[in-house]
Amino acid sequence: MKETKTYWKGLEQLENTPDFQQRASKEFPEYLPISGDDNQEPSRRDFLKMMGFGVAAVSLAACEAPVRKAIPYVNKPVDVDPGIPNYYASSYAVGNDVESVVVKTREGRPIKVEGNDLAKYNMGGTSSQIESSVLSLYDTERLQNPKISGEDTDWATIDGRIKTELAANAGKTVLVSYSNCSPSTSRAIAELSKKYGEVVHVQYDPVSFSGILDAYEMASGVRAMPMHDFSKAKTIVSMGADFLGGWPNHVLFNKQFAKSRKLGPDKKEMSRLYAFESNLSLTGSNADYRQPIKPSEQGTYISSLYNLIAKKAGVPTVASSKLQDTSILQKAANDLWKAKGNALLVSGSNDVNVQLMVIAINELLGSFGNTIDLSKSLNTRKGDDKAFAKLVADVKAGGVGAVIFYNCNPGYDHVKGAELVSSLGKVKTTISTSDRMDETSSAVKYITPDHHYLESWNDFESVSGYLTLSQPTINNIFNTRQAQESFLTWAGIETSYFDFIKAGWSSFSSDLSFWDKTLQDGVYETDAAVPAALAGFDVAAVASKLKPASSGMELALYTNYSVGDGVQANNPWLQEMPDPITKACWDNYFTVSPREAREKGWKVKDGDMDYKVATLTVNGKSVTAPVIPQPGQAYGTVGLALGYGRTKAGKVADGVGVNAYPMIASSANGSLAYTTAGVSLEVSEEVVKVAQTQTSQTYAGRNTVIQETVLGAYQKDPQAGRHFPKISLASGDKVKPYAVSLWKGHEYANHHWGMMVDLNSCTGCGSCTIACQTENNIPVVGKQEVLNRREMHWIRIDRYYSSREESAITESDLDSNIVSKAEVAADNPEVTFQPMMCQQCNNAPCETVCPVAATTHSSEGLNQMTYNRCIGTRYCANNCPYKVRRFNWFKYHDNKQFDKNMAMNNDLGKMVLNPDVTVRARGVMEKCTFCVQRIQAGKLEAKKDGRRPDDGDVSTACAKSCPSDALVFGDMKDPNSNISKALKIKTSKTSVEAQEDRAYHVLEELRVMPNIWYLTKVRNKDENEKTEA
Amino acid sequence: MSDITIPLEAEQDIAHEQGHAEAAVREPLITGGKTVHDVSEDIAGRVEQKPTITWMLAMAISLGLLVAGGYAVAMLLWEGIGMWGLNKTVGWAWDITNFVWWVGIGHAGTLISAVLLLFRQRWRMSINRASEAMTIFAVICAAMFPVLHMGRPWLGFYWALPLPNTFGSLWVNFNSPLLWDVFAISTYFSVSLVFWYIGLIPDFATIRDRAKNKISKLIYGTLSFGWTGGAKTWMHYETVSLVLAGLATPLVLSVHTIVSFDFATSVIPGWHTTIFPPYFVAGAIFSGFAMVLTLLIVTRKVYKLEDYITLQHLEMMNIVIIVTGSIVGIAYITEFFIAWYSGVEAEQYAFINRATGPYWWAYWSMMTCNVISPQLFWFKKIRTNIAATFIISIIVNIGMWFERFVIIVTSLHRDFLPSSWAMFYPTWVDMGVYIFTFGLFFTLFFLFAKFFPVINMAEVKSIIKATGEKKK
Repeated sequence: MKETKTYWKGLEQLENTPDFQQRASKEFPEYLPISGDDNQEPSRRDFLKMMGFGVAAVSLAACEAPVRKAIPYVNKPVDVDPGIPNYYASSYAVGNDVESVVVKTREGRPIKVEGNDLAKYNMGGTSSQIESSVLSLYDTERLQNPKISGEDTDWATIDGRIKTELAANAGKTVLVSYSNCSPSTSRAIAELSKKYGEVVHVQYDPVSFSGILDAYEMASGVRAMPMHDFSKAKTIVSMGADFLGGWPNHVLFNKQFAKSRKLGPDKKEMSRLYAFESNLSLTGSNADYRQPIKPSEQGTYISSLYNLIAKKAGVPTVASSKLQDTSILQKAANDLWKAKGNALLVSGSNDVNVQLMVIAINELLGSFGNTIDLSKSLNTRKGDDKAFAKLVADVKAGGVGAVIFYNCNPGYDHVKGAELVSSLGKVKTTISTSDRMDETSSAVKYITPDHHYLESWNDFESVSGYLTLSQPTINNIFNTRQAQESFLTWAGIETSYFDFIKAGWSSFSSDLSFWDKTLQDGVYETDAAVPAALAGFDVAAVASKLKPASSGMELALYTNYSVGDGVQANNPWLQEMPDPITKACWDNYFTVSPREAREKGWKVKDGDMDYKVATLTVNGKSVTAPVIPQPGQAYGTVGLALGYGRTKAGKVADGVGVNAYPMIASSANGSLAYTTAGVSLEVSEEVVKVAQTQTSQTYAGRNTVIQETVLGAYQKDPQAGRHFPKISLASGDKVKPYAVSLWKGHEYANHHWGMMVDLNSCTGCGSCTIACQTENNIPVVGKQEVLNRREMHWIRIDRYYSSREESAITESDLDSNIVSKAEVAADNPEVTFQPMMCQQCNNAPCETVCPVAATTHSSEGLNQMTYNRCIGTRYCANNCPYKVRRFNWFKYHDNKQFDKNMAMNNDLGKMVLNPDVTVRARGVMEKCTFCVQRIQAGKLEAKKDGRRPDDGDVSTACAKSCPSDALVFGDMKDPNSNISKALKIKTSKTSVEAQEDRAYHVLEELRVMPNIWYLTKVRNKDENEKTEA
Repeated sequence: MSDITIPLEAEQDIAHEQGHAEAAVREPLITGGKTVHDVSEDIAGRVEQKPTITWMLAMAISLGLLVAGGYAVAMLLWEGIGMWGLNKTVGWAWDITNFVWWVGIGHAGTLISAVLLLFRQRWRMSINRASEAMTIFAVICAAMFPVLHMGRPWLGFYWALPLPNTFGSLWVNFNSPLLWDVFAISTYFSVSLVFWYIGLIPDFATIRDRAKNKISKLIYGTLSFGWTGGAKTWMHYETVSLVLAGLATPLVLSVHTIVSFDFATSVIPGWHTTIFPPYFVAGAIFSGFAMVLTLLIVTRKVYKLEDYITLQHLEMMNIVIIVTGSIVGIAYITEFFIAWYSGVEAEQYAFINRATGPYWWAYWSMMTCNVISPQLFWFKKIRTNIAATFIISIIVNIGMWFERFVIIVTSLHRDFLPSSWAMFYPTWVDMGVYIFTFGLFFTLFFLFAKFFPVINMAEVKSIIKATGEKKK
């Protein structure tokens, strides 16, 4: 039986109402908002709206904006465009040095300092200290607030207390500073005097020029150092004066000197430089004739030179001791006399009598009015050693009620500083404007930290009649205040320092545009002249006061070209910059004569950076440092650099090297003496390492590396000194390496960038190294990594000594590190500096060996490095004949182990990084790019104007900084560029050829065909003389 | 290949009864009068036994080296290449030295198994298995270095391969010898591995057949790929062996030739030398045989395989060492002659510097170890003395390590510009990474020696009749 029962789902089905039937037919019986057929109900559109909102809301809630610190401008400043740099003319003012500069800012932060082309007294060049100064702005060791007795405070409190104390001061008020050449600062200090009674302004210099200043005061009536013009000099004699390195304004002197050394088809004459000195200085290493002498012998040499000149001039001679070897001195005297009117004698002595003799000789030579301009003085050295000595005595005697240390640090950089600082307890009010808790400011009561110069308004008159302005390029980073602003506040003056300067300048011109124009140019020249006139003095009497030569070991202190006087010692770029001569960094050390080191067993072994430790004792004070045998060092002398051994400068500088300032002696006439006789050097058997970037002494006779000649030979044959390597063909014919090729070469359609390096102009100063480091975000790796030979500099200066004559080489010179006798440096060598960077080879050996094509050739002749693609096999570096590639052995950024690399390891320091250049990752290779970012920027600038870029648009950082114009960069496809003209470039589609006779490629025989040409080094030596090769 | 025959022991014995006349003057290759069953017992028995104390001790030491060295590898990967002693001037030192050294060691295996197979040198049969294994493990160790020496190995290990990618038009640089290395090493490794494994299949089948527990039956059954031992299978097996031998033979020459191109195609004096390809190949065989000797002398002693790896084998290998050692010696002298004859200043300096510069000790170690020490094998007494052979084999390997060190470091440390001349000093990480590869090598080798048949049973069985005493 079939089941016919029916089960109802519910009563509704049973009832089966029409309403039920209608609902049952619907697929979705419940309400859906998508029907859309009824206007009363929500439509499909509403559904979509709701869903759209829902999705958007959910996804918005899920997204977290990852922006952390990059905050866009709410109101964009008119003159700041992201990605576009702004340039401001300003003045570099650190320590006692002043130079006119142009500051590059990006998005409101200064990232690079370059020379101001409009400035007559540096002509666009810079020094390593100027280049590095931008990093000091971002130094976290700077004080962030004013301090009272070591505790942070606010400006109102500290001003109130200082004002009260100054007003109540019964004793003398003294303001101590380095030499000040800022007219407005002087006026601000004068305002203080107006308010509180006389403020005695004591100026000093870490490296005193008191002797030369006093001598000119006696001879011409004005205590000022007149301007020297080395470019006019045909014969220059330097008696221990390091005008290319240790002297103030050496950027200008490098320019002038290099100008006198330039040679070309139209100029076949050059200056001749004689150097008589103890340490091998930058000046001495550029000398054509150099004689190592002991510091105490300088007086005798000067008086002998006077006598030699006096005989020629027909004036009475003076008493002088006899010299053993006068051949070079006689030659110098002859040349000086021959170049009368274009001759120049300078001395580095701080002894007033020596300097008076120099004035006398220069007068006989007719230098005044020609090579020495008495009407213009150099105002960056005004320090008075006697005034400082008096200050110390006064403080000790309790006669001083208030001392203001204006941006100076005598506690570190003056021989009597420690004495002064320890007696500061006797002074009621002590104030410092130092930017950090340094050796002096940590002993004072009030610290009112000054701005960095890049945050300041100021004006300077570094050369009389020659004014430069300084303008802030960034708002003050910390709660600091410009020192002059502080002085004005304490003097009760309401106007800002900016208005104060402007008011002072109103006397120059009433023209409204004058100020803006001057601010834009950064420089202004007036015809102010120094009223100096030479008056005769008793030469014989002066000569009789010259000190006789003494026997025994002598100490000669010097400043090197990186850390200098130590003011910027906490700058890691400077600390890691190798000294141009010793190639050492992160240290100071004793330099001794190699002969003495051999004789006394002070030498360890060549090339391993191992040096014995010695203790030097002078007048009961002693310092301990490693001993480096330094070719060129006078026998019986010890050199030691100032500027090291800081204890309270910051984590970079503290404990690096030893402080040599306490070794300074006082001479009888009150000026400080940087040389001392009768010192003792105890060399121990302890061996330490000194980090050096180059340990080889000579170029081992490889004349495809260094090509040099003497002037006479050059005049006869412009190709003199050139070396032409030849290769043999299968046929037996010998041809130039470039004559043979299996490959047609790269094609260059539009630009072909190249560089010329004039070995004759390069003085070896090394500012290019730091300019490059700043521009290209090159990390600092620290002493240990330099010892591991892993410094990162993209451009280095190779320093080669000439080798000793083979017959003079003894067994004691040789060790297992020396293979050929040509590797042994002469005891008094000739020096050649060779800037070395990526040669941008047209047939680059690095390009072919990279497995991932991370280094490739550009259509403009650049050898490009693609960091992102690099996997770090280092094959390219191995195959580079010039060894210019640098590898990121570690992660140098954001890594505590490299915290001395301050530009990459804290947020403040990172502000100095150039945003156009990648910070390289660990494990990738890097090298000189010819500043491709600058080329690109220059090309874009020209493109906007619809023209071809020219020399003015594009320059590399190194070439721009070079104070001697030894580096010339440009487009070799442009016949009007400087490089094309200087090298007489002939280009074809695939090649360039320099027709200049002196131009050569380093390692031409390899046929890598670099885009960098070197010009032969020409020494102004007599042709017939034997030169050691 | 009639001398490789039927799998089953009984059949083999019968076959041997019928065939193969024995050469009257020739020493038997396998001594001790082994029967086919003895061979299986001696070789497969090792696999079946429990590990011995000696083995466990050796394994523990190897693992210890692996872990200790692994720490150095970890430090290297964590901190960067700066952990090594390299610098701006010397960009390669122990890394590439070790690489070339291990690749060189990896040469003997292929030479023994492929070239000697083609030349029908039957003495190779009892040593080819172990030497091939050594080749593979050495190549694995060698391959560690190209990856570890990279600044960014996490990218480099695949960026150096010509893989299609989404980076745009990025492609590898076929001009670079390093890329050639990638191909050369990977080809060599894969061919050697396949060759080795094909040879293992019949022996795995033997072990499978003898297996007494399920696990080994499963494992060796899987490894033997279902080997049946039929005549057709043997025919295929022998054809494949021949084809692979044919393929592998050019590799013996090509691998080290290409490795030598890393140096020969560069511009660095001391590297830029056309003599490198033959000189490197000879050196590789030289060092490979030395390493095989070192390992086999130990293995035969520990596993009591003196009847299989006889004095005659050792002597044969010693003769190869004299020949290749002399080739290498001539190459060293030729380099000096060419440096003088070329008139190239930098080249002359590079060689004088090698011999008399600060690395003179490395150069003279190389000369003593590689040129002088193998000449002792001219004396039969020495070349048939196991202790002397063992010592000289180690000396040769030390010498060959120094050869690569001398080529790489002494050429780089003083090249064209004296300003960049520098020294290289190794750090503990340099040493640690080298130790790591030793740990890896021996760990793999001891695993092999325990779980794989160390001697090719199937092949050896084919020669015992011809050379065995008992069967006469």
